[in-house]
Amino acid sequence: MSGSNHLSRRDFMKVTTGVIGGIITVVIGAPVIDYLVDPALRAGAKEAWIPIGKLDSIPIDKPTPFAFTRTQVNGWERTGTSFGGFIIRRSADPKDILILSSRCTHLGCSVNWHADANEFICPCHDAKFSKEGKVLDGPPPKPLNQYTDFKVDGDGNLLIFFKEG
Amino acid sequence: MHSIGMWQKLRTAYTTVYQWLDERLGLGEMYTNLLDRPEPLGNWWNTLGSASLFLFILQAATGIFLTVYYTPSPDHAYDSINYIMTGVAFGWLVRGIHHWGATLMVLVVFIHMLRVFVTASYKYPRELTWLVGVGLLLLTLGMGFTGYLLPWNQKAYWATTVATQIAGSMPFVGDFILKALRGGPDLSALTLQRFFAAHIWILPAVLIALIGIHLYLIIKHGESHFPTKED
Repeated sequence: MSGSNHLSRRDFMKVTTGVIGGIITVVIGAPVIDYLVDPALRAGAKEAWIPIGKLDSIPIDKPTPFAFTRTQVNGWERTGTSFGGFIIRRSADPKDILILSSRCTHLGCSVNWHADANEFICPCHDAKFSKEGKVLDGPPPKPLNQYTDFKVDGDGNLLIFFKEG
Repeated sequence: MHSIGMWQKLRTAYTTVYQWLDERLGLGEMYTNLLDRPEPLGNWWNTLGSASLFLFILQAATGIFLTVYYTPSPDHAYDSINYIMTGVAFGWLVRGIHHWGATLMVLVVFIHMLRVFVTASYKYPRELTWLVGVGLLLLTLGMGFTGYLLPWNQKAYWATTVATQIAGSMPFVGDFILKALRGGPDLSALTLQRFFAAHIWILPAVLIALIGIHLYLIIKHGESHFPTKED
């Protein structure tokens, strides 16, 4: 009944049903959204020093591949993710090292070193990178990523600093 | 007042959109037939069917959300539920509602059946509504039976061992039924997988179809009057 303050029994029931239904929807619906996106909120950055090998065993001026696996607990399972790259010793100086990630900056395939062409080539879309990681040809938007933090410990082991995410 | 002008405009816009939809969908008609249909004088016992429907929808929604994390494999079923309970935000709530909702649904459906029996509402012309309802009760129990195995803990494993063994004690066809339920002579990964398939696909599909028929019949015949002294 418009224009009056009278609320019929029928309208009262309608409004009450709507309000209670709305409360139930919100009380259940809001936690469910958190429930669904929870894993996305949990992925935290993890960092570590990864030993690669004796610096002496890595030849100078030749891209040398390395690989390591990081395991992480995802839900109810441990998942191993492999990472790899190339170490390029420009000279005998233990500071003069370039460490490239082998992950193509286009869509994440692993690039391979082709000594005959003097290039890194990605098998997925034929992208080519120079020995220094610069894009020579193909779709990648950026040069190959570098591991810029590295050190050589007292025993002559080369370690790289790894940060996930 | 400016705010009242805004309010009027919103109201007009809403009316325009509603009328456009109503002409094409028949919303008003649907509302009258589904929610505003005449009912005999009843009491709270008459609400148990709606309560069952609400619980079914609640179970369907929470069940769908549980499949986001649950894995029906002997290797991971228990761990994935453990993860839901302790690792995911509000996982305990979603699974808790599903767990207790299941028990409550069996209870409510059963009391609903008792009410229909006591008020003799199953008589002409509602015999089919009753028969479909019997199917719904059995399917509800089937959902409880198949869902019970899914946590793959000791209780679930042995309960299913015993229950399938009981089914297997049937004369002549018992052995075949036992193997068909378990997917082989023993409880295995196949059992868990087929119980999962039954729990989330097969039984709910039949359940939804029968609920549709049940509701159609209720709307067609209307609810029954309580019997009077003359009856």
